[in-house]
Amino acid sequence: MAGITLRQVTKKYGTLSVLNGIDLDIADGEFLTLVGPSGCGKSTTLRIIAGLEAQSTGDVKIDDRLVNDVRPSQRDLAMVFQSYALYPHLTVQQNLMTPLRMRDLNFWERLPLLGFLVPGRRAKMAQIEEDARKVAEALKIVPLLGRKPGQLSGGQRQRVALGRAMVRNPAAFLMDEPLSNLDASLRVHMRAELSELHRDLGATFVYVTHDQAEALTMSDRMAVMMDGDLLQLGPPDEVYEDPQDIRVAEFIGSPKMNILPGESDANGTITCLGLTLDEGLATPQPGKVSVGLRPEHLHVQPRETAECFSGRLTYKENLGSDLFLHLEMAGVENKAVIRAKPHEVDFAAVGETVWFKAESGRMRVFGTDGKRVALTAPDTKRKVG
Amino acid sequence: MTFRASWLGEFLKHSVLLAGAVVVLLPFYLMLSYSLKSPAEIESNTGGFVGAQEMMTDRRCLKAGNPPEDCEMRPIVYNYTAAFSEAPLLRYMLNGVFVTVSIFVIQVIIALPCAYALSKLRFWGRNVVFGLVIFCLLIPVHAIALPLYIMLAKVGLTNTYAALIVPWSISVFGIFLMRQFFMTVPDDLIDAARIDGMSEFSIVWRVMLPTAIPALLAFGIFSVVAHWNDYYWPRVVITGNRDLMTPPLGLRMFKSDLDGNEYGPMMAASTVIVMPLVIVFLLAQRRFIEGITMTGMK
Repeated sequence: MAGITLRQVTKKYGTLSVLNGIDLDIADGEFLTLVGPSGCGKSTTLRIIAGLEAQSTGDVKIDDRLVNDVRPSQRDLAMVFQSYALYPHLTVQQNLMTPLRMRDLNFWERLPLLGFLVPGRRAKMAQIEEDARKVAEALKIVPLLGRKPGQLSGGQRQRVALGRAMVRNPAAFLMDEPLSNLDASLRVHMRAELSELHRDLGATFVYVTHDQAEALTMSDRMAVMMDGDLLQLGPPDEVYEDPQDIRVAEFIGSPKMNILPGESDANGTITCLGLTLDEGLATPQPGKVSVGLRPEHLHVQPRETAECFSGRLTYKENLGSDLFLHLEMAGVENKAVIRAKPHEVDFAAVGETVWFKAESGRMRVFGTDGKRVALTAPDTKRKVG
Repeated sequence: MTFRASWLGEFLKHSVLLAGAVVVLLPFYLMLSYSLKSPAEIESNTGGFVGAQEMMTDRRCLKAGNPPEDCEMRPIVYNYTAAFSEAPLLRYMLNGVFVTVSIFVIQVIIALPCAYALSKLRFWGRNVVFGLVIFCLLIPVHAIALPLYIMLAKVGLTNTYAALIVPWSISVFGIFLMRQFFMTVPDDLIDAARIDGMSEFSIVWRVMLPTAIPALLAFGIFSVVAHWNDYYWPRVVITGNRDLMTPPLGLRMFKSDLDGNEYGPMMAASTVIVMPLVIVFLLAQRRFIEGITMTGMK
């Protein structure tokens, strides 16, 4: 078990900068998710931790041991790949045994045929087989031990890949989008199983995904990365509730946060689409702002009332338990989305105008640089938007 | 109307294909047929495919002073016994097996690490090196035969097995073919092996080699067929020692031994030399075709 520390890690390919100085402290036993859109540098970060890629500058420490020049196999990490990367010519059992064979047998003992002559090999092999079997039992893949990866389903391959990572009892597990090749229902199932596995093993997990749902459901802390920068690091609740950057706000949450254009005056009062909002800037500064409102914090009104937003309903997306209303609003580039219970909005028809209000205290405001700006407490004197 | 047109089209297509097949197969047919027939039948071009198989007399047997009744035999028996008795055909074939297998094994030992480095390792000048590999593909062996021969002669290797094997130990075609195949192996697999603790050489032999079996088979066909059938190079470096002759070279020696009309034994020898390749191909036909279509070579 081990903590992992990254200090000012950068990566450049020629002139292209992929990572611009990442600082990250991963605690022992933590489930940390690196999340971000493709090309944000999250996989590169993971590969640098694994030692498969060398950082351009900066330090990587595992358990306070500087590992910048340590080979991947000497870092005592295990990795699960998106493609599973099982050895196609070996059976499941041989796949599980490979990391142990490489670690526990010396060069002579690994030789085909000749290896059998080396004294002591038999006992070592018995131990390796025993270890592999234990892992197979834990993952319930014992019946598959004699099969080759080509004969397994996606979910079974996933388990074998996990098993191959587990057999060595590594200091930490690195996972590179391990669930993205599974179908939707299996993915949800494996999310729960991975979380359970993490609890049982108590090991450090570093998990890379582009799926914000995986990050939100599984991690102790999540690190949101974009364009080679680590934008925000914190527990999923905190990242969801208090995004510090407009890019984080838009990336985390599905459907994504509605961003409405607003303007603040010299007193810090914010007007948005003609309405004055009930919260103002804590440090007043006149200029344009972006007002972020999550779909679940918008509430449809049965009829037009004062101080309501309005938009033309273009699409009702029915998810059974919830309905997403897509609204075209004058002055807003993207369509706004409202999350509602079906019975609350059965009066709304596509093509008609819908009125809605924002829940008080829920809006997040971002400055022109995309950074979050603090707000005052809701002011009853100000109009409710 | 459409039926008639398509019928005509099919007919034309198949005529062309059949004509092609005849051109390719006729020499084999004649070889096989001559190896079964008596000299008289070959000369007069009678007897169909297998000939009448009437008893004939072996003239050399008579010359050797044997009684005529001992020298009576069927043409097929005569041709094949003559093939084996007049020249050490078995020795030639063992030479052929030893040389082609050695060449293939050494080619694989050299080509796999090269192909791995060219496809999966990033190093300065990789593309230049690969360009050189492609360039070497363009050099015909005949162009460098003389300098190669002189070099071998200087180190005293002519008339040895080494002379037959060493010049072919590096196959740029093999490197190219395996490199193309390795490009399709996912990087994740190699990274997984690295994390599991394999060295780069272990990866080549324990991961790349087993996954590349179909490509290796394809390469094996090209290599074994080319060197089993090679006449040119053995002719250059094997000048005196008959014990080192490979089958095609042996066949040539064979011809000069017999008098000009003795096609029967010679065709029998040819048949024997061709057979190993044909048998291996028939046994492993499916894998061979898989391997060749996979590499996109025809």
